[in-house]
Formats: sequence, C-alpha cells, structure tokens
Amino acid sequence: MHKGEGSVDERHLDYAGAKMGMWIFLFTEILFFGGLFLLYSVYRMKYLAEFHSSAAELSVVLGTANTVILLTSSLFMALSIAFLRKGRRGLSLLFQLITIGLGLFFLVNKYFEWAEHIRQGIYPDSPVLLDMARGKIIFFSLYYVMTGLHGLHVLIGVTIIAVMAAFTRNETIGPLDFVKLENTGLYWHFVDIVWIYLFPLFYLIT
Amino acid sequence: MPAESMATPEKSYLEDGGRFRGLFSWIFTTDHKRIGILYLTSVFSFFAIGVILGLLMRLSLIEPGRFMSERTYNSLFTVHGVIQIFLFIIPGIPASFGNFFLPIHLGARDVAFPRLNIFSWWLYITGGAILILSIFLPGGAPDTGWTFYAPYSIRTTSNVSLAASGIFIVGFSSILTGLNFVTTIHRMRAPGMKWFRMPLFIWSLYATAWTQILATPVLAITLLLLILERSFGIGFFEPLKGGDPIMFEHLFWMYSHPAVYIMILPAMGVVSEIFPVFSRKNIFGYKAVAFSSLGIAFFGYLVWGHHMFTSGMSDISRVIFSLITFLVAVPSGIKVFNWIATMYKGSVRVDSPLLFCLAFIFLFSIAGLTGLIIGTLSLNLYLHGTYFIVGHFHYTMFGGAGFGFFAGLHYWFPKMFGRMFNERAAKTAWFIMFIGFNILYFSMFLLGLQGMPRRYFQYLPQFRTNHILSTIGSWILALGLLIMFGNLIRALFRGEKAPANPWGGSTLEWTLPSPPSRENFRETPVVKGGPYTFG
Amino acid sequence: MTEAAVPQHGLTSRLYLLVWIVLVALTAATVAVARMNVTAFAALISIGIATVKAGLVLVFFMHLKHEPLILKVMLGIALLALSLIILLTFSDVWYRWGAHVHS
Ligand code: HEM
Repeated sequence: MHKGEGSVDERHLDYAGAKMGMWIFLFTEILFFGGLFLLYSVYRMKYLAEFHSSAAELSVVLGTANTVILLTSSLFMALSIAFLRKGRRGLSLLFQLITIGLGLFFLVNKYFEWAEHIRQGIYPDSPVLLDMARGKIIFFSLYYVMTGLHGLHVLIGVTIIAVMAAFTRNETIGPLDFVKLENTGLYWHFVDIVWIYLFPLFYLIT
Repeated sequence: MPAESMATPEKSYLEDGGRFRGLFSWIFTTDHKRIGILYLTSVFSFFAIGVILGLLMRLSLIEPGRFMSERTYNSLFTVHGVIQIFLFIIPGIPASFGNFFLPIHLGARDVAFPRLNIFSWWLYITGGAILILSIFLPGGAPDTGWTFYAPYSIRTTSNVSLAASGIFIVGFSSILTGLNFVTTIHRMRAPGMKWFRMPLFIWSLYATAWTQILATPVLAITLLLLILERSFGIGFFEPLKGGDPIMFEHLFWMYSHPAVYIMILPAMGVVSEIFPVFSRKNIFGYKAVAFSSLGIAFFGYLVWGHHMFTSGMSDISRVIFSLITFLVAVPSGIKVFNWIATMYKGSVRVDSPLLFCLAFIFLFSIAGLTGLIIGTLSLNLYLHGTYFIVGHFHYTMFGGAGFGFFAGLHYWFPKMFGRMFNERAAKTAWFIMFIGFNILYFSMFLLGLQGMPRRYFQYLPQFRTNHILSTIGSWILALGLLIMFGNLIRALFRGEKAPANPWGGSTLEWTLPSPPSRENFRETPVVKGGPYTFG
Repeated sequence: MTEAAVPQHGLTSRLYLLVWIVLVALTAATVAVARMNVTAFAALISIGIATVKAGLVLVFFMHLKHEPLILKVMLGIALLALSLIILLTFSDVWYRWGAHVHS
C-alpha cells in the first residue's frame, strides 16, 4: 500500500485508492437516483391504478430491446477491460467501440420512443397530459425525468468511453495502467443497473 | 530565487508555489495546504457578506419600513440563509482546516486526489458566483427563504432556478471533498497510523465526509427537480398536477438536516483537538468521542422529519421522528461530558483557542437543550415557525459550528501562516463576541416564546423591546468580529514569527515548521502511539 | 498495486458470456411474468428479478467479488442509507395516504 510519501506519479498507482474513489462516487449516484426512486414509489402507492394504465402505453418491445442492448454493452465493456489487462490492445479497443455503438443505439431508440409520445402530445405540462388523471401526469413526468436523467448518464458514459478508446490507442492506458478504463467500466455498469430497475418500473408494471 | 527552488526543501508552502507564479500559483495549485487557504479566504469572504446581510435585517427590524421594503427583507433573509449555510458553514471547517490538516494529521504528502481537490474549489467558487449573480439579475433575488419550499418556490418569479443551480454546483464540490477525504483516510495513512491512533479531528472529518457523500446527492436531485418543475412544469410538488409539496419538504430535509451535522461535527473535531492540548491531559474517552462522531452522523441522517411536524405529515411519522431526535442528543452529550472530563484535574491554560472552545460548549449546549424543546412534538406545534427556531439554529450553527471554527482559526493560525497573533486582542474580541452573541440571539428565544413569527418584516408593538435588544446585540457581535479579524489580519503582516509548536500540541502538524514546507514531511513519519501524549 | 482483481485466465471471457446469457434470460423471464398478469405479486416479482440482475452485474462485471471487504461494507452502508430514508418516508405517506389506497 502506498503511503503519503513519494512522487505524484507513484501515488497515482494506488489502484485500490482510485477504485475506492470511483465506488464512492457511485454511492452518490445511488442516492441521487434514489431520490427519484423514492418519489416513484411514493406516487405509485398513491396512484396505483393510474400507474398501471399509463405503463400500458409504453412499448414493451422497445423497452426490452433497450434492456438487451445495455446488457450487451456491459458485456463488451467488461471484456474490453479483461483484454486490455491481457495486453490485447486491439481487441480491447474494438470492444470499447462496440460498447459506444450500443450506447448510441440505446439513445436512438430512446429518441424514437420520446418522439412518439411527444407526437401524441404527451410531455410534461402539455395540454393533453394536463387533461388526464393526476396519476397519469405524475407517471409521465416521472418517466421523462427518470429516463431523461438516465439517458444523460448514458451520453456521459459514451463520451468517457470514447476518451478511453483514444487513450487505449495512444497507449496512455495499457496492461499495467488500466484503472481509468476499469473505473469507466464501473460507471457504465452502474448506468446499466439503473436501467435494469427502470425497465420493470415503467414498462412492465401494467 | 527560482534557481534555488529545487535545492532548498525548507521553503514553506507559502513561498513555494510549484509550477506557477503569483495568483496562478494559488488558483491552479494542487497542494492541499494552498487549497485549504483558498477555501479559508473564500469561505470567510462569503461569511462577511452574510453577516452584513444579517446586520441589515436586524437594522430593518428596529423600525420596519424605514430602511427597506418587505420584498427586500424577504430577499435578505433568503440570501443571508443561503450564503451562510451553503457557502460558509457547510464547506467551512472541512474544506479549509480539513484540507490543510487532514493529510498532515495522517502523515501523508497530500490528499488522495489532489487535482480533484482543486477542481472542487473551482466548483465551489463557480457555484458561489452564480448564487451572487442571482441576487442582481433581473427577476430579483430569491425570496423563498433558504428552504425553497414548494409550491411558492415554483411560482415566484424571482431567480430561484439560478440560485438552485448555484447550490447544485456547490453541492457537487462538497461531494467531491467528502469523497477525497474518505479515500485519503483509508489509503494514505502513514505507517503505524492505525485507526485508533488518528487524531479525533480526523474521526470527525471521516463521519462528516460520509454524511456529505450520502446526503448531498439527495439535495442535488431535489434542486434539479425544483429547476425542472419551474422550467417544464413536471408537477412532482404541484398539488394541481397530482404532486405533493410535502414530498419536497421530505427530500429537502433529507439533505438539510444531515447538513447540520456536516456543520457541527468538524467543529466538534476541532474542539476535541484543543481541549487535550490546553488541559495538558489526554482526551477523556478517546474511543467514545470517536464513535460518537459516527453515531451522530448515523442518527443525524434519520431525524429530518422533525422539521416537518406542522407540515401535515402522518401522526405516526411525527412520533417516530420525535423519538429518534431525542436519540441524537445521546452521542452529543457524550462528547460534551468527555471534553469537560478532559479538563478535570488538568493544568488548564486559558488561551484564546480554549476560550473559544468553552464558548462553543456553552452555546452548543444551549442549542442542544433548546433543540430538545422543539424536538418535542407537543412543544414544537407551539414554537414552530417562531423566532425560537431562529434563535435555536443560530446557537447551533453560529454558536456551535461558527465558534468552533474560530477556535480552530486561533489554534492553527500560527501553523498555517507562521505568525503569532496578539493574544490580548484575541481575548478581548472573544469576550465582546460572546456577550454580543447572547444578547442578539437569546432575545430571539424570548421573542419566539412570546409568539413572534420568523421571516416577518413587521411585528406587533409588544415585540419591540426584544427586537431592539437583539439589534443592539448584533452591533456588539459585529464589533467583536471586526476586532477578531482585524487582529488576525494584522498578525499576517506584523505578527511575531511563530515557533513550530507554540501551544505544545502533540499531533503531527506540530512536528513540522510553521508554516510547513510544500512536501509536508521530509521523511514519512512512522507512528508509534496515539495522537495525545500528555499522560 | 495491492489486490489481484480479475482472474487473468481465459476463463474470464467465458464467465462474462455466461453471466450475460443469464441476464438476458432473466430479462425474458421478467417480461413473461409481466404478461401472465399475476397482479398481486407482479411488482414484487419484477423488482426481485431486477435485483438479481443488478446483483449479477455488481458481482461479476463490476468485480465486487474480488474487491476487499471494506468496499462491500461501504456499498452496504450506501444501500442501508437509501433503504432507511425510503422506509422513514413511508412512515409518513403510508399512514397519510394508506386509507385512500385501501378504499
Ligand atoms: C452577525 C451575524 C448574524 C446576524 C445578525 C443574523 C441575523 C439573522 C436574522 C435577523 C435572520 C432572519 C430572521 C427572520 O426574519 O426570520 C436570520 C436568519 C438566518 N440566519 Fe442569520 N444572522 C447572523 C449569522 C448567521 C450565521 C453565521 C448563520 C449560519 C451559519 C446564519 C444562518 C441563518 C439562517 C439559515 C437563517 C434563516 C433564513 C431563512 O429564514 O430562510 N446566520 N439571521
């Protein structure tokens, strides 16, 4: 274990420390999304019937597809780390690019999903929505806020992985210095986990 | 000069700015000590603004209508509260003394993530600037009170969204500091620095850091939702759209109550450092004090509902929250008794740091005891929303955390700047502040008991006497503050050179020259025993 | 560097693939359950399945399995904090709106 003494570079090799920092950051993300999940559960309790009928209006097919896409992207993310550690830089890079591609695919799907609802006039504060039952207003607002914030996280994740891909190419990171990629992976998997919960809460509880 | 900079390791961190010169050597530094000083100056600058706003409010209250309009008064208490809470007392001790002394106390070279550290200062300053901007931009300064309660905060046309985004950014800075500290404490302890050999200040920072990590994100999401509510009308807190304003209160206090412990725990840590040194006796019950920090952090996380007794939440919930509130008093009481027991039969040296600590105990005890009064459900119904509350939280945050901050300021000033201040002036300032403080805020308890509601511009004639008394107190307090800061600022330039260990402390910072060198320790210290070696 | 994170052998890739297959299977299962309309427990079952999936991602993809105990404890604390605030909030809303739900 590295102590305080030593040069800056030496300290940056404290992998366990770097990872601990990342995990703690993820805890803050848990609590951040936690606030939203709390609101969801409270309002679901209050508007049980409306939540069920609203959920029926979301496309289970698109939701399921997006779930599988993110799960697969997580697989490739994990693989890219494993291969970087084995020194298979090329494969690692390829897997990172696939992860990025899947992340973008997810966002495109999301875009079409949102666009369809907005076309029907359902978005926060829209006249159509305000005409509906209160539970429905809340359901769709929750839907937009939670999937929106999640989508934002996907976007940030994609950007970071792109930076990592550049790092992998120019050998800033490699088999001996991979903690940046590993931390990126942690972030990406976390984003996946959030979706794992969002999916049943919005698409399946009908 | 520059040619020598490599050769002379003894240069202090104040002289050795690293890669940059001048101002840049400060705002782009990654040295935890310089970052500590950056925070110290920025935090106290915001404090000065906050105090001036407070004085203006007090001025208005001696003759409502003469000095300002109702609208201005509403903005004053809002901005005063927001600045004092989010820009002064929450970052306060951890970001300034914590940054400066945490690595040194652990025997480390720096924190775990030095670049993240300066980044979080930048976030803090950016957030602070946005907040200040929200006062002046068209639309007007926020007028909701620092609590931003919905649904008024959704409807007012003042710059609530801007202020909320400023706080959001400051909150992010707070999270990163907490993250940095926890990782540093886990990973960067010097050889032999076991958990129970850490100074108690570190224990309190550790507990604080966890609270910062686990509570601040809830504030972030709450403020974000408030902004979304205002810009997109999502309706979560809007009854007309099926939302529930009480949920806003829940989310807000889920952060803002633990935030009280983010304020007070580090101050308790400072005090726990000072008592042993000035009593020449080891702290009484080291482990009890250490664990009570964790206990306070834990229970402090679960009592937010006591701010909401009159909000209309369920009866069962009110009883539960009232009950847990009493539990927080236990670890706080443990600390107070241990500090006093530390002084018992010690050879007490009554210097200014100790005086501030004694004031801390006195004021914080009043805060705690009045806290039990308003934590009692039945009494709360009567006192809620009165000046009793205003008195109580000033005793907690200013009398407690603030005086703890001042204690640390005097205790560590020689180490941080290498100069001694004038002790007599410090004592005079302390005395004046202590008197002024109690006049200013004790009269608020009386006002509250009489029924004077808080956040009111105007009041009935029977409240007049106490209001005038309170305002006079505010002037006395302000005089004391002027003397205190004047004395310290003068010492920066004219003070005598400070020795390495002016108070006879036994923690690691006192083994270093005053001020310490950029590298802290020439050789990593090997720790062989506990932090206090007075026997 | 202190801990040996991921096992180095080629087994890793196969393990990851296996985990992925299970994850996709669980996704199929949760959709199927939702289709069956077992209303009473539907929510519980979906949340349960989601938790199993999240656990798999945590343990294998995020290498929690190989992390030191302290990280697991920390994660526990974060989750405990979240559960406690949800629980305490429900001590309010459940008794405030409970009547409405049951009527
Ligand atoms: C000389 C110093 C100070 C003076 C004269 C002062 C005075 C006041 C006054 C008159 C009020 C408003 C009462 C009302 O109308 O409800 C107030 C509110 C408040 N003060 Fe101070 N104060 C001072 C320092 C502080 C400090 C150091 C803190 C925190 C660490 C603080 C935190 C607050 C808060 C949070 C509020 C509530 C704002 C709100 O109602 O939204 N104050 N203060």
